[in-house]
Amino acid sequence: MAKKVLTVDDSKTMRDMVRFTLSGAGFDVVEAEDGVQALSVLGTTSVDLIITDINMPNMDGVTLVRQVRGGSSHRGVPILVLTTEGGDAKKADGKAAGATGWIVKPFTPDKLVQVVNKVCP
Amino acid sequence: MTGSSFNADDLAQFKQTFFDECAELLADLEERLAAMQEETADSEALNAIFRAVHSIKAGAGAFGFTQLVQFAHRFEALLDRMRDGLVEQSERVADILVRAGDILACLVEASQSEQDLGENYGSEVCDEIDLLLAEIDGLESVLTSDEGNSVDTVVSEGPQEDQKNTVCTFLIEFAPKAELFRHANEPLFLIRELQGLGQVETECSLERLPALGSMEPEDAYLSWNLTLTTDKPEEDVREVFEFVEDDCDLKISAVQPEDVTHGSLSFHILDDVPETGDEDKSPGESDAEVLVAAKPATEPAAVVANVPVNAQKTSAAAPKAKATATPAQSTGVSSIRVDLDRVDRLVNVVGELVIAQSMQAQETEDRQGGHDFLINQANEDMSRIVREIQECVMAIRMQPVKSVFSRMPRLVREVSSKLNKQVRLLTEGEQTEVDKTVIEELADPLTHMIRNAIDHGIESPEEREGAGKKAAGAIKLLARHAGGNIIIQVIDNGSGINKDALLKKAISKGIVAEDAKLSDEEIEELIFAPGFSTAQAVTDVSGRGVGMDVVRRNINKLGGRISVQSVQGKGTCFTLTIPLSLAVLDGMLVAIGSEKYILPLASIVESFRPLDEQLRALAGGGEVVSMRGEYIRLIRAHHLFNVPGAVTDPCQGLVVVTETANGGKVGLLVDELIGQQQVVIKSIQENFDPVLGVSGATILGNGRVALILDIEQLKSMPVSADTWKPSSPEQSEASPANGDEAQIIAPEKMTDTEGMQVPATV
Repeated sequence: MAKKVLTVDDSKTMRDMVRFTLSGAGFDVVEAEDGVQALSVLGTTSVDLIITDINMPNMDGVTLVRQVRGGSSHRGVPILVLTTEGGDAKKADGKAAGATGWIVKPFTPDKLVQVVNKVCP
Repeated sequence: MTGSSFNADDLAQFKQTFFDECAELLADLEERLAAMQEETADSEALNAIFRAVHSIKAGAGAFGFTQLVQFAHRFEALLDRMRDGLVEQSERVADILVRAGDILACLVEASQSEQDLGENYGSEVCDEIDLLLAEIDGLESVLTSDEGNSVDTVVSEGPQEDQKNTVCTFLIEFAPKAELFRHANEPLFLIRELQGLGQVETECSLERLPALGSMEPEDAYLSWNLTLTTDKPEEDVREVFEFVEDDCDLKISAVQPEDVTHGSLSFHILDDVPETGDEDKSPGESDAEVLVAAKPATEPAAVVANVPVNAQKTSAAAPKAKATATPAQSTGVSSIRVDLDRVDRLVNVVGELVIAQSMQAQETEDRQGGHDFLINQANEDMSRIVREIQECVMAIRMQPVKSVFSRMPRLVREVSSKLNKQVRLLTEGEQTEVDKTVIEELADPLTHMIRNAIDHGIESPEEREGAGKKAAGAIKLLARHAGGNIIIQVIDNGSGINKDALLKKAISKGIVAEDAKLSDEEIEELIFAPGFSTAQAVTDVSGRGVGMDVVRRNINKLGGRISVQSVQGKGTCFTLTIPLSLAVLDGMLVAIGSEKYILPLASIVESFRPLDEQLRALAGGGEVVSMRGEYIRLIRAHHLFNVPGAVTDPCQGLVVVTETANGGKVGLLVDELIGQQQVVIKSIQENFDPVLGVSGATILGNGRVALILDIEQLKSMPVSADTWKPSSPEQSEASPANGDEAQIIAPEKMTDTEGMQVPATV
């Protein structure tokens, strides 16, 4: 069965690109626009990987990571944070909250698939 | 795996999404910036602005809009410092933000239209931001210089020039810390990944494994010694462990010593960190990739030092954000983006459907003589459904006026600061919805009116205080629905219109005859006259004051009306009444002679067949009809349009009383009312030429064309000389000249200025 990826980003452009790329690589993709929505998706759907933006309204990515790790249903699911902040600061934030890894924007489709395969082969 | 880049079609589609998104983000950005100027912004505003710029930057990076990325990056850096509370709010900062917002918008537009704005576009603002950042970071680097170098020791994108494809063996000691699994990292995957690089020998160490009873099931206890033989460079090996570096003790060493430099490369490459702080500040970087890559090294001190503060802030802001989230945001979930062309096509086709349906209904009715119950029933059902479809389709095009209103605070701020006036802008009814086309057409007139209000309406603070008013003037922008119209009002509490000055000017310009006696309303109407300037001096803010006639023309083009009320010393109120949609109209089909016309239903008050004694002729030409003690001007449509065979005796026909947005009532003589009908408006102006008294045309059920009458224009059309003559002398002696309402100005006087629309009644 195809693995299911949840992409969390307030930018539709980004969600579209993630969806398109990962669908092409054989993943099922579900979307959420912010952390709050993501949690509600996770409440009803079981996913194998979460890819989340950091900067989002309502609930940011770091808080989302913390919430997922602190919850029960998806605490062991790999989470990748998307960052442009180059960011060691953001990466460190994400890691500290419990993220598995990160993807630096802008990314090529290849790079995305490569990173996703790394944590969720 | 997919290809290394998206194909052209997909990319084009993503780009479209990106630009749509940019448009929303930019609108939001502008609104938030304005709110910040007004100091009505909540703590979320800055975060939202940051996010908007950030999202634009991220998308732009994906599509390689280098210039946009660079500028957004600069902008973002400033906003980031602001979020960290490092920038004090000041006029200077506010100004930079607004200008940066503008440049960002232009760059987005340029990217979309693939236009080149020149390399130096926006460099002025960039320089200012850099200067500001340098000031802030100067301070900052003093505070955090100790930590500066201790961060980022493991950025291993060091120099690679002497990488050879020599086969090398690496000894990897990999000892995960207990929390590795809690981050969902998996040693098995890492080992497999290593296998992808070359040959791996694994040796697992159970040393740290505790007794079963004291084992935490989620902790990592195993560690590995791995021997990898590969022709890949050490960087590739290290990259495998990229995500777990902090979660493990890792030691990688090359055992085949032929390439000694590897050893020294391994961890601390501080000396070789290629990018320095300078890079961030040089405005001329040409490659997006460079910029992103440069970031880890450029911002270590500032960003890392502020991590805890930053994180707290964002999480503290989150609940608030939820509370203040606008409805528009929360409904975004279940919306889709549709190309406007498609919607327009749908609107058009549905318009045709409405016509076809009514044709069919009429045809079947004619043939059946209206006796077949089932067919009538089916026709009615059909008509109801078609109408419902049409309403749904029209609703698709509706948008809140907010998108226009939100541009105004900024305008007010700019104009008022230029004129050294203090003006507060209040808005109400921003969520009122109106057709998208209408919204687009509203921006210019509103901009003009607000400019005018600040320039000519609101007085200087000294004048205001002298007049016993608050130093700061106020302008209120208000929108609401009324029937099939949206009403927008621009109200200021300024000096009002000086009617004497206005009239004098009009006379001196020859717009009004010297001996003309005009009512207050008519004088106020003069500001809509073409070429009329009320400004004492020409200002660069509202130009030569020629605007209001253009405003009126624009509003008229939308099928709307504009009127003005003013009390001298107290303020002025402009009222715009605009139909919600430009495509359909609820109309009343009337017969005049052999012709059919449509009257806008919204303007019809009532209709009646007058008795002889209700009719009066006036000395100056023209006639009135009395209705419950009120005199209403009677217009004979058959005269205006030269329709033969029409009913000429009002006592045999019908008087349809109509009221326009300006408040004046007129009675229109028609033969009979045929029925209420929703009609699809076809422009005459676009397809032919503007016709006085007619706002458009429509196609009737029988395929014939009917003209849609413009009541406002009818009122100002010259009355034909052939008016109704009183049948007996005693009727004319009760001439209604005593009331203001019946005071009618001879039409010749009113129409000697072309295009000017001084109402002829009331």
